[in-house]
Formats: sequence, structure tokens, C-alpha cells
Amino acid sequence: MARVDIRLGGSGGQGTITAAAILGYAAVYAGKNAVQTKSYGPEARGGAARGEVVISDEEINYVKVIKSDVLVALTQEACDKFIEDAKEGSVVIVDSMMVKDLPKGNFKLYALPIIKTAAEDIGKSMVANIVTLGVVNEITKLLDYDKLEKGVLSKVPKGTEELNKKALKAGVDLVKNMK
Amino acid sequence: MAKKLEFMMGNHAVAEGALYAGCKFYGGYPITPSTEVAERMAERLPKVGGRFIQMEDEIAAMASVIGASLAGVKSLTATSGPGLSLKQENIGYAMLCEIPVVIVDVMRGGPSTGMPTGPSQSDIMQAKWGTHGDHPVIAVTPASVQEQFNETVRAFNLAEKYRCPVYVLTDAIIGQMMEQLEIPEPGELEVIERPKPDCKPEEYLPFDMDKEFVPLAAFGSGYRYHVTGLHHNSDGFPTNDPVLHTKNTVRLIERINKNYDDIMKVEEFMTDDAEVLVFAIGVSARSAKHAVIEARNQGIKAGLLRPLTIWPFPDKHIDNILNKGNVKGIVVPEMNLGQMTLEVQRVAKGRCQVEGLFSLMLDPILPGEIVEKIRRFV
Repeated sequence: MARVDIRLGGSGGQGTITAAAILGYAAVYAGKNAVQTKSYGPEARGGAARGEVVISDEEINYVKVIKSDVLVALTQEACDKFIEDAKEGSVVIVDSMMVKDLPKGNFKLYALPIIKTAAEDIGKSMVANIVTLGVVNEITKLLDYDKLEKGVLSKVPKGTEELNKKALKAGVDLVKNMK
Repeated sequence: MAKKLEFMMGNHAVAEGALYAGCKFYGGYPITPSTEVAERMAERLPKVGGRFIQMEDEIAAMASVIGASLAGVKSLTATSGPGLSLKQENIGYAMLCEIPVVIVDVMRGGPSTGMPTGPSQSDIMQAKWGTHGDHPVIAVTPASVQEQFNETVRAFNLAEKYRCPVYVLTDAIIGQMMEQLEIPEPGELEVIERPKPDCKPEEYLPFDMDKEFVPLAAFGSGYRYHVTGLHHNSDGFPTNDPVLHTKNTVRLIERINKNYDDIMKVEEFMTDDAEVLVFAIGVSARSAKHAVIEARNQGIKAGLLRPLTIWPFPDKHIDNILNKGNVKGIVVPEMNLGQMTLEVQRVAKGRCQVEGLFSLMLDPILPGEIVEKIRRFV
């Protein structure tokens, strides 16, 4: 597998950086190379935040994402800001509730109710980032589901395992039910 | 057995490397983007019988690690540019008094408090000349999370072996990013322990100028001696003698220069037939390697010289490559306005062109920008 550049964009507090870290962690335990980087301002909540992760079977040299193979935008701001750096033919996933102004261009667009699923089906909007991971992996088939689930479960707080398991599965189902 | 695999933040890997090297004391003052080193040490040190102290500022933090080291304990501090400025007076003291300590600098944009969360490589010259006077400097420059660990171990070894402060010069990207790390088994990496003096306490000369190496006796071990930031005799008491001042200053610097081969570490990538050389450290070297591969794919004979020791400067390694006569130009990408480029020009002595590629944009220099510079030499 050549390098896959993944950018998860949202606002601070949505857990995009955590999601990128979990994905990188799971990838490393699946025997791949991964580098996770982040950009953040001084604020802890709000503001544009993005988590980035590069996954590859080869040595990863340049550590950041330049043009994304996979872009996730959980806010309109993130979508507007990062869409121009999506590669041609790449995967773009947006939250259908938050991103009303859908991007147009040469990419595969998935508008899915990620945050709504987390809030209503799982009951906690906090796990939107884990739903996102389920969505990303089901579309890209980057990792074996078991390995991703193992990665998620070892990184989330104790006592929230079942919740996060459900969230990950819900992300997968969101994609499956589209077909 | 499968190795212990982690997906770890670069700053945490520095802390783990320090613990692997036997560090038992951390004195610091928190500063972005280095704070995770302190956090990890605060959590881990008490569990291995060590001590962690958060001091009132960086000046005191530096003094505390010097004191701990004089008491016989391997000691670490971590900071960023503004904190490093404050530590400089005491770093000079440690250099003259030959006290081993490891100082991590996670570089951010300066000068002054500058750009707290913005990555940079602009302390290269501060590491070399931040403190006054002629002095010896060793600085290592990791470029991955694995190297954050391994090079911190090496920094401790160099500090103990050469009885001097050693910098781990890293940046806010390598320090803050997460990457895989294989934790080496105990014994897998060399760990140099501090030698103890074998003479009687009354015969001990802690700063014996006629010897290249003198073991540093721990305070409280029965060896009583004087330590001062004034130039001193072999016994540690102050002297005004210009001959001794010259002799000792030269001795300290020569001790590093003479052992270039032991202290120097570089990665050479496709340099054998290289016509264009890229010289880069840290996160810029990651971009540079990407660029060299891309240039090779375009049929350009590019190569990378990546120092893992930046001080002393890798003069000999640059010389060796230039002496082959193939190199037409050297590109020096760095996240500052040209601190290393001038050094490379000094070593090149006009044998080829040297072009800097500078950025203060707080993001890694793009491989494409480096390729463009490489192409200008073809």
C-alpha cells in the first residue's frame, strides 16, 4: 500500500485529533507505518482543528498531509477550508447536517448524518469521531475491522468500550445502508 | 519475541529514552511545545525511584539539573526557545565546569515568545552560541519518534562520556507528532554509566588540565572539591592566569573536535553519485528525503546528507562528498532564515554553489519546493 493521506477536519472539541491518533495507532498495530500530526491554536474548544494521519506500507518521509486521499469535514468551515486540497478522485466525507453547502468537484462525495447518528442512535454526540472512523474505514477498507476496533477500544476511556464499539459499527452501517 | 511496539508522541519518546538511559532527575519549567516531556517525566520518574521538580523558572530549572548531576544523577530538562534563552547562563556554567546534563529544545518560532505553537528550526545557532565565551557544544537532531528515543539515549551517553551539556535539538512537529516506536530491550542500546574516580579523595583533581578525561565524583561520595564558573585550576579554585585560561578553554573544545568520529552521526541517502546534495535536519530532512526520491524519479542524481549531530558541524562528511567532485550544488532547506546555510557555505569553500531554502511558515517545507531548488542545479 502506497501512502494514504487522511485529513479529519472539524472544530476543536469534536475529537478529530483523537480520531486521527486512534487510526494511526490501529494502523501501526496492523503492521503499517503511520504518522499523526495536528494543527491547533491556543484555544481548547472551538476554532478550526484538524487531525491528520498518513498511513503507508512504505517509509513515510514527508510527515504531513499535502493533498488528501480522504477528507472528512464535520463543519462547513472545515469543508470550505480543506476541499481545495482534496486530490482528484479522492474520497470526501462530510456531515450532512453541518455541511449544507455541498462541495462540487472531481471527487467521490459522501454526505452522511455522522453527528446525528452519534447523538440520536448512540445517544452521545461525543462519539461522532468514532462513527467517523467507522465510515472512513468502510469506504477505504484501510484496515481489518477487527484491528480498527481493537485500536479504538484500547484508546478510549475505561467504561466507554461498549458505547464506542456501537459507534464504530454505526459508522460502518451508515456506509453499508447507502448501497 | 515481538518487540514492544508503541504509537507514541515524540515528546513522550524523549522522556522514555531518557529513562532508558538511566535518567533519575528532571528539573523544568513548562513551555509549549515541550511540556509533554515534563508531563511524562512527572508521571514516570517517581515509579523508577527518580525525582521530578517543577522549578520557579527556566533559570532555576537549569540550575537544578546541574546540581542533580553534580550529586551523581543523570539529569534532564526540556524547554523551547524562550526558555532556552533563560537557561543559557547556567548552560555556560555547565560547559566550563564539565557537568553532564541533557537539554531538550523543542524549537518554536522566535524571537522572544514568538509563535508558541508554531514549529521552527531557528535555535540552531542559539544552541551553538547562546551562551558567551568560547565553549564546546554537542547537539543531536532527531527526525522521527524512534530517533527522539534513540538520540536522547545517545545524548546522555555523549554527556557522560565527554562531561558536557548535550542538546537534543528537535522541533514542534517531531515533538508533537505520533509515530511508531519500538522500545528497545534493556541492553539493546548502549548506555554509558558515569565513571567513578579511582584515586584517593585527597589526590582528586576534578578539572585536571593534563588529562583529556577525568571522572566526575559525585557530591557526597567522599570527594570534596570546589566548583566555580570562574576559570579554575585543576583543583577547581579560581585562577586569573591567562595561560591556564587558554589551556583549559582549548582543552574543552579540542576534546569534542578530536572525537569527531565518535560524536558525529549522519545518514547518507543516495549520496554516492549525487550531483545535487540536500543538507537538512529534523522535520526538514523528512521533506528532503521525499524530495530526493522524487528528483531521482525525474532522472536527477540527488542525494541527502542528514546530520543527526549538528554540533560539532559535520565538516568532514561534507568534505568527503565534495572531494568526489560530482556535486554541483547543495540545497539547504531549513525552517529559519539561513542559520545552517552559512555553515555549509563555510565548509564548501566555493567548491560548489550552496542555496538555502528558508521558511518561517510554521509548516514543514514542501518536498515540491525542494525539488524545484534541486532542479536549478541541473
